[in-house]
Amino acid sequence: MTEAMIFFLMGLMILGSIIALESKDLLSSVIAIGAVGFMLSVIFLLLRAPDIAIVQVVIEILTLIILIRVTISRDIHIIGDTREFLPFALNMVLLVIFFIIAAEAIRNMPAFGTGVSKVAFPYLSRGLNDTGSANIVTSVILDYRAYDTLGEATVLFTALIGAITILRREAKK
Amino acid sequence: MIYVMCLALFVVGLYGICCKKNLIKIILGFIIMDYAVNLFIILIGYRKNGIAPILDKTMDVNKFALSSVDPMPQAIVLTAIVIGLAVTALMVAVCVRIYERYGTFDITKIRKLKG
Repeated sequence: MTEAMIFFLMGLMILGSIIALESKDLLSSVIAIGAVGFMLSVIFLLLRAPDIAIVQVVIEILTLIILIRVTISRDIHIIGDTREFLPFALNMVLLVIFFIIAAEAIRNMPAFGTGVSKVAFPYLSRGLNDTGSANIVTSVILDYRAYDTLGEATVLFTALIGAITILRREAKK
Repeated sequence: MIYVMCLALFVVGLYGICCKKNLIKIILGFIIMDYAVNLFIILIGYRKNGIAPILDKTMDVNKFALSSVDPMPQAIVLTAIVIGLAVTALMVAVCVRIYERYGTFDITKIRKLKG
């Protein structure tokens, strides 16, 4: 049942992505990408990842705000959006080749829904005693792999400093 | 099979990056690829009929460890989603500046150097 739901939602996600990329109006494509993100959040919920689902909703709203801020004030109607024929055909051939090779590689992976990696087992069995957190995801990001989170914060602030620097009105004397 | 659907989503995003002329559409393609990769990592950690990796007071720890889904991919994706937002914000900032200078989002018209 869960898998059927995930399948259905993923089909809708692919459809929404195609609509977002092919729409003539920029604002409607941004709204389509918002729908795709919220469907992704529901899929995370079905996959028993409530933390990720909450974060995805928040991040999706922020992304929508940023993108709408860019597109709404500019009156743009795209007519010829896709590139010329020859690069387009070449791109499609390359994409199909990529898809076939990657699908072949994915076939050798363990089947969907089979168990937990070896790394995760000690976290699951000892997490409560080691860290005192009932939520194992929290204990992983804030205790076992806290350096990873520190690096993430570094990347985040670097990217934000870059954005602020680019958007600054005038250079410092 | 469910992995192949995820791969199809990734290829749709790649198509947006390769074949679109508009800068905003290219950013949207990047966001779609981001979604696909995050979803793929979470799908790998799923266990059939599993429970969320959150302990209950009444639950036995050993039984919990045998029935929970994998917490590792979830922790990693949690950081990856936030980084994705920051990178998107940076790209959008660059796009705003390009629009102010050239008056268009069309990448085939943004060719001339202006000092």
